[in-house]
Amino acid sequence: MTEALLSIENLHVAYRGTRSSAHILDGVNLTINRGKSVGLVGESGSGKSTIAYALLGLLADNATVETSHATFDDKAMRLDPEETASLRGTDIAMIFQDPMTALNPMFTIGEQLVDIQRRRFPKSSKRQLWQRAEAVLADVGVQDAAGRMHRYPHEFSGGMRQRVVIAMALLVEPKLLIADEPTTALDATIEAQVVEVLHEMRQRTKVSMLIVSHSMGLIAELCDSVVVMYAGTVVETGPVREVLHNPRHPYTQALLACEIDPYAPFDATQDLSTIPGNVPDLTNRPDGCIFAARCPSRQVQCHQKPPQREVDHGHYYACWREAA
Amino acid sequence: MFADLSRRPGGTFALLAVTLLCLLAIAAPLLAPYAPNAIAPANRLMDPSFQHILGTDHLGRDILSRLIYGARIALGISLSVIAISLTAGVVLGIVAALSPRPVDLLIVGIFDVVTSFPSIILALALVAVFGPGLGNVVLLVSIVFIPHFGRVARSQTITLRNSPFIEAEKVLGAQTWRIILHHVIPNIIGPIFVLACMDIPVVITIEAGLSFLGLGVRPPLASWGNLLNDGYVYLDQSPWLATFSGISLILATLGFALLGEALRDTLDPKLRKTL
Amino acid sequence: MSSASLQSHLVFKLVTAALAVAGSVVLLIALTRLIPGDPATVILGSRATPETVAALNARIGLDKPLQMQVLTFFSRLIVGDLGQDVFNDRPVLQLVAAALPNTVALAISAMLLAIAIGVPLALISAHRPGGRIDRLIAFVSVGFISTPSFVVSVFLLMIFSVKLGWFPVLGAGERGDTLDQLWHLVLPTLALAAGWVGYIARLLRSSLLEVLSESHIRTLRAYGVSEAKILIKYTLKPAILPTIAVLGMGFGELLGGAVFAEVIFNRPGLGSLIYDSIRTRNYPVVQGGVFVIVLLYVLTNLVAELSQTLTDPRERSRLARKSEP
Repeated sequence: MTEALLSIENLHVAYRGTRSSAHILDGVNLTINRGKSVGLVGESGSGKSTIAYALLGLLADNATVETSHATFDDKAMRLDPEETASLRGTDIAMIFQDPMTALNPMFTIGEQLVDIQRRRFPKSSKRQLWQRAEAVLADVGVQDAAGRMHRYPHEFSGGMRQRVVIAMALLVEPKLLIADEPTTALDATIEAQVVEVLHEMRQRTKVSMLIVSHSMGLIAELCDSVVVMYAGTVVETGPVREVLHNPRHPYTQALLACEIDPYAPFDATQDLSTIPGNVPDLTNRPDGCIFAARCPSRQVQCHQKPPQREVDHGHYYACWREAA
Repeated sequence: MFADLSRRPGGTFALLAVTLLCLLAIAAPLLAPYAPNAIAPANRLMDPSFQHILGTDHLGRDILSRLIYGARIALGISLSVIAISLTAGVVLGIVAALSPRPVDLLIVGIFDVVTSFPSIILALALVAVFGPGLGNVVLLVSIVFIPHFGRVARSQTITLRNSPFIEAEKVLGAQTWRIILHHVIPNIIGPIFVLACMDIPVVITIEAGLSFLGLGVRPPLASWGNLLNDGYVYLDQSPWLATFSGISLILATLGFALLGEALRDTLDPKLRKTL
Repeated sequence: MSSASLQSHLVFKLVTAALAVAGSVVLLIALTRLIPGDPATVILGSRATPETVAALNARIGLDKPLQMQVLTFFSRLIVGDLGQDVFNDRPVLQLVAAALPNTVALAISAMLLAIAIGVPLALISAHRPGGRIDRLIAFVSVGFISTPSFVVSVFLLMIFSVKLGWFPVLGAGERGDTLDQLWHLVLPTLALAAGWVGYIARLLRSSLLEVLSESHIRTLRAYGVSEAKILIKYTLKPAILPTIAVLGMGFGELLGGAVFAEVIFNRPGLGSLIYDSIRTRNYPVVQGGVFVIVLLYVLTNLVAELSQTLTDPRERSRLARKSEP
């Protein structure tokens, strides 16, 4: 058994439109080691969710997915519809962004929790699946799990619903758990609870996680390593502490600067940091560094594709600048 | 727009059918080979032939000619009905929206009462009272469709009535009626027009149905409904009259229905849900 | 409306329905008085003499003011008296009650057939929207919807009864012989159902597509739940809701459309009763018959609306919550 549960090299995803093609992901490399948790961070449109969806084959019909080499659980895989479909609800489970709409309003929680397990446990009876669901529901902190199983989604609060969604993922005992913006649609107090639950899961089970978020803070709390994405390209990757304390890529630095430090003294005169400019047009990718147009340290060389530089074990960034 | 229309399923067919019908209706006297009411008992119930392309009916009249004039009646009546009910409906709807509550309730109540009858039944009841005949059919069937237009006009007006720019205009001293003309009418035209188009096949059906039952346009006028009835009565002797009049009805209703849909989707895809 | 509890919601609906029915009664009675010329003379036709006219006026109540007539109608209605047939003095209620089951049987079988064919068509369309089969079904649906049912009836009669002799040409079949009655039902049911097949197919299709685009379906897909299960269990149920109200209205339209089917296939029923009465100017029967149809129409609409509300668990909770103090 290798250390890496998931390894993808050179992933390209494009959407074919009527007139043009949008190149969403450009040569993305991703490795998730067993029992470890990787965070995908970037702003909206960076392609981070696309990676997650591509893994499960949930992209739209007009998407093309190509990769030089991909393995999951020591088996080579192609990321095509058949292969990805077989992973759904068995080896990979996904938690979606908005808990308010993730559940079918016309069916009870119990009914839905049972049905999603069928792929994983095709031989079990409804009764067995129901009981499993009840147990896991209690595990994630839902009071009166037995009674709640008979309730409808609209009878649950936002935080509760997210727990139900997490319970769903746990029920299929996946090897890889993907969480797409798990706390974005929740308010701060609920967010803390959900993070708690995810933390506990990390400690109790051996599941590997892929957390997609635009919040560095969340990733810092939950992940071992982080992949920073910009416009479909990986700009920096490495252990979470490393990247947070020693960001090398100008984009990562800018991104971190945008986050407000709640413990710093409040300075009314200081403007909020922003990154000037716009995300590039993905139907027309520039040749060189993807971030060049908005980069404060832009140089002539940046018209060419930058090399991967290594800082420490596992900490890489793609830039022409030397370690500074 | 025609390009859009022809891309939809059956869009080209709809355009062709409707154009053909309009042509027939307008140019009937020029296009019909025989006079529609020319009786020739010797030629009764003949099969299609070179002389009579679609055959003859039980009184020896040329079927093709009668069908062409039938197009005139179908289109003429349905357009008249729509025109009348549209006007009356829109006026009532706007009045209802802008009047004090009791008047509004009264008008809405009338709409509700009218729509509590299935349309055919109401048409039948009205005809039962006032008697059949071309004029009656037009007026009475119009009544059935008034709430259709009335409700749309009313709800649009209500929405507009409350919007800020209307308030602003009032403050500036504009009279309500001018506001209506300038703002309400343009806003209503789209949905009303689409509704009107989609109602044409329904009116054609009701008129043909009434005529079929002998309660609509009176013979010897060549309504398709009358022809279908004649065909029905003589079904065992000759199928042609029933066949061709039925086909005409299908062509007309299908053509206008498809046209109405295509229009609805082209003009405003959002209307898909409400209409 | 938003502050209604379950009970007051129901009551509100019933009251509006009752008002609509009452209004239609007023309309019906007013219509009778609007008959050009003297109604009684018109009704009696050649038998009109001063005595018979006076007698008829007294009997039908045509000599009283409108309000009185309306009140009389309602007071008689409570005891189940819909008036008397003009010619033979039979109670209208009896005539209507005898005719009604035939019409209802026809309407129900047409609706069931339409659902049985329309729902699968909608599912097939929604499975591959925009595909060739979908477009074909769409075109055929519009065809069915817009074609007048009486045209379909005549064609069916022509092909299957007259030409091929497979089905009987007229009547509703022998009493007591269910098989025979069912056999007689086939063609009229097909004719009436045709339009509704198209309607259901299209309405349900767009409803299904809407539900399919919602996030909870994506969740199910992410867990590998089969497309078939997703479609039939998890999409159909939410999608059917909006169609229920329409079906209710449709049932009423079917009752109306049954007139043609009954006349063409020579079946006894409320439709042909009303039609015959119109031709013979038997106004009390027309009035009674139309009243019953309106009543049924309003009731089925009401039931459909209510069931639509009550099948949605969110609505149930909303109404239940509001009834708590």
